Amino acid sequence: MTTVSSAEHTRRDFLYIATGAVGAVGVAATLVPLIAQMNPDASTIAAGAPIEVDLGPIADGQIIKVFWRSKPIFIFHRTKKDIEEAQKVNVASLPDPQPDSARVKPGHDQWLVLIGICTHLGCIPLAHQGEYDGWFCPCHGSQYDTSGRIRKGPAPKSLFLPPYKFVSDTKIHIG
Amino acid sequence: MSGHSTYQPQNKFLQWFEKRLPIGGLIHSSFVAYPTPRNLNYLWTFGGILTFMLGVQIVTGIMLAMHYTPHADFAFKSVETIMRDVNFGWLLRYLHANGASMFFFAVYIHMFRGIYYGSYKEPREVLWILGVIIYLLMMATGFMGYVLVWGQMSFWAATVITNLFSAIPGVGDTIVTWLWGGYAVGNPTLNRFYSLHYLLPFVIAGVVVLHVWALHVAGQNNPTGIEPASDKDTVPFTPYATIKDSFYMAVFCIVFAWFVFYIPNFLGHADNYIPANPAVTPAEIVPEWYYLPFYAILRSIPDKLAGVIALFSSILVLAFIPWLDTSRVRSARYRPLFKQFFWLWVIACVGLGWLGSKQPEGIYVILSRVFTVYYFAFFLIIMPLLGIFEKTRPVPNSISDSVLGAKA
Repeated sequence: MTTVSSAEHTRRDFLYIATGAVGAVGVAATLVPLIAQMNPDASTIAAGAPIEVDLGPIADGQIIKVFWRSKPIFIFHRTKKDIEEAQKVNVASLPDPQPDSARVKPGHDQWLVLIGICTHLGCIPLAHQGEYDGWFCPCHGSQYDTSGRIRKGPAPKSLFLPPYKFVSDTKIHIG
Repeated sequence: MSGHSTYQPQNKFLQWFEKRLPIGGLIHSSFVAYPTPRNLNYLWTFGGILTFMLGVQIVTGIMLAMHYTPHADFAFKSVETIMRDVNFGWLLRYLHANGASMFFFAVYIHMFRGIYYGSYKEPREVLWILGVIIYLLMMATGFMGYVLVWGQMSFWAATVITNLFSAIPGVGDTIVTWLWGGYAVGNPTLNRFYSLHYLLPFVIAGVVVLHVWALHVAGQNNPTGIEPASDKDTVPFTPYATIKDSFYMAVFCIVFAWFVFYIPNFLGHADNYIPANPAVTPAEIVPEWYYLPFYAILRSIPDKLAGVIALFSSILVLAFIPWLDTSRVRSARYRPLFKQFFWLWVIACVGLGWLGSKQPEGIYVILSRVFTVYYFAFFLIIMPLLGIFEKTRPVPNSISDSVLGAKA
């Protein structure tokens, strides 16, 4: 570049810096839509709207799977035995301590609604398997109990709860 | 670009890197210290603008490709999903579609500049031919991109253009079937056009590298058409050309933005918002504006094969003008007759473009034929003869003389 006496700042210096600054703002503004376009689009978000599930047809002891926001949701109609097993456990001894009462809605102990994704690396655990009468994940051997809590294996956390509420005794609204 | 560059990095890491991959020196000698004629006008900024537009098309195209479905049953809907659901999808689509128009607008100015100032003449013949190759690749890319929308115009443009090859005697129909991948334009055609549309811009980028390389061997032409003779005739590329290019790029972007944000569908055709219907051909099929002159040439010739030959010849003839033009003087500034014939030729090009949008009947056909004859005559008759018979004006002694007045 042409040399300039370093003592004083010239108009050219000002113009360079001003142009560079505006250019930088322009580049940042340009990047916004290019990066934002990869976020979920409106149709994907619309497809993730809440769903309602009728609990009537689910028999005692039965676990069904529904999809919400592309994730499998386990809905477990627990028997008295399942509920007792879940409540009897010493919470402090659990790898991820949580009382069963925190994982169900008050007055609806027999309904367990969980996101059916193993908290280890994302496989779907198999129902009614494992030593704790809950779920067994075949990928790396994690085992969950009748409250969906992690008991054994590499998974760090218990199965997560989706946002849901009871619309009536036989219908839940997930989302 | 041969020989040692004057680039001396101050930073220790850069010195280390420079010894192993002298890319700093390459950039420095090509775009910083590079001696540029001091008298270039704004028409010389379009090379940089074209490179910028190629980048815009590639980036917006890759973003669009994340959301587009190249299947005949889903393509049109996926474009509408981009427009309505994808975050800033409308912006990406309009940038890409109008970007193509701006790309062609810039390339036509760039080519007109080349013809006017004799930039195709010795020693820049290969540079010019590389440019013709880039132009052909652009036309193929643009055509295939338009088909991807799978609207009525997309489908029927694909049918018409692929059917051009059926004019070839003997093997024509086999070639067309091969292009289609079926018995008519359909899903296989769409799929392969998508693949090639993604590929060709990168081929264009490669040829652009060769184009800039060839340019740097000879150096830029300039409005006087005489080569720089001394350091007084040139200035370093940075900051002079860099800033000039950036300024005109910004002006260009204002025009681009005007289309994208205020009249994004002005240059398009409404029929392409109708999903493709293989059973119904629209009342008028027209290509996008940048192909209209060639469309007019095609339709002005009554014979099918001759029309196709005329169409392809009208582009291929460009590759021969370094040899068709026999004049010793490069720049039209000093060629008064050539200048007039040139502007008539520009009027013919624009006229053919307008005629390409009209139905081929009556006065439109007559005018198309007149302009087509003139289009070819300019290259095949006028250029060779003018070199022999034209009385040129005296060319200045040097570039700096022409700029500063013959005082130095």
